[in-house]
Amino acid sequence: MMSDNRPVFLNLFQFRFPIAAIMSVGHRASGIFLSLLVPGLVYLLDLSTSGPEGFARTLEILDNLLVKLLLFITLWSLLHHLLAGIRFLFIDFHIGAGKVAGRQSAMAVTIAAPLLAILFGFAL
Amino acid sequence: MSRQASGFRAWVLQRISAVYLGVYLVYLLGFIAIEPPQSFEAWRTWMAHPVVSFTLLLFFVSLFVHAWVGVRDVVLDYVKPYLLRVLVLSVFAFGLIGSGLWVAKVIFLAGQTV
Repeated sequence: MMSDNRPVFLNLFQFRFPIAAIMSVGHRASGIFLSLLVPGLVYLLDLSTSGPEGFARTLEILDNLLVKLLLFITLWSLLHHLLAGIRFLFIDFHIGAGKVAGRQSAMAVTIAAPLLAILFGFAL
Repeated sequence: MSRQASGFRAWVLQRISAVYLGVYLVYLLGFIAIEPPQSFEAWRTWMAHPVVSFTLLLFFVSLFVHAWVGVRDVVLDYVKPYLLRVLVLSVFAFGLIGSGLWVAKVIFLAGQTV
C-alpha cells in the first residue's frame, strides 16, 4: 500500500473493452453458465435412459420453444467456450500470442461461435 | 480440494481436462448431428456400450474437475466477502459432487441392462 487516499476512477463507461477482453469475459461467463446447466443435463440423461416413457418425455421437453431457445444459447456458450479455450491453449504455447494475432483470433472466436451455433441448430 | 486444486496443479488439471472435453465434445456433437438415436432402444444400446460408458464417465469426471477449477477461479476473483465466498463455493461444490454421483448412477444403470 503506497497511499490510501489516491483518487480512484472506476467509471466503467469510460473503460475501453478491446475485442480480446470481450471474448475473455465471454469465456468466463459461458463457463459459469454451462456449469449451472450441468444438473439439468444429468436430469435429462437420467430421464431419457429410464425407460421408453422417459425417452418420449425427454423428446417432448426438448421440443418446447423456450427450451429450444435455451439450447441455442447453450450451444453458443459451448462453442464460444470451446473456441476461446483452444485459443488460450495455443497462447499457452506462445502461438499467436502477439498483439495483432491475439486481436484477430479473438475476433474470429467471437464471430465464429454464434455462426457455428446457427449452422448446427439448422442441422438438427 | 481447494488446497489441492490451487496453483500449478489446478492449472495443469484445467488444461488436461479441457483437451479431453474438447475432443469428446466434437465427437458428441457429430454423433447428435449425424446419427441421433431415434428410439429408446438405440439410445440405451449406445449408452450401454462399454467404450461409450467408460469414455462418458471419463467425460463427466473431466467436466467436474474442469468446472470446479474454473468456477473457483471466477468466484475468487469477483466474490470478496468471506462468508459469501464460502457460501457460493459450497453451493457449486455440492452441486457438482451431487451431479457427479447422479450421473455415475445413470451411466452404471444404463450399462447393466439391455
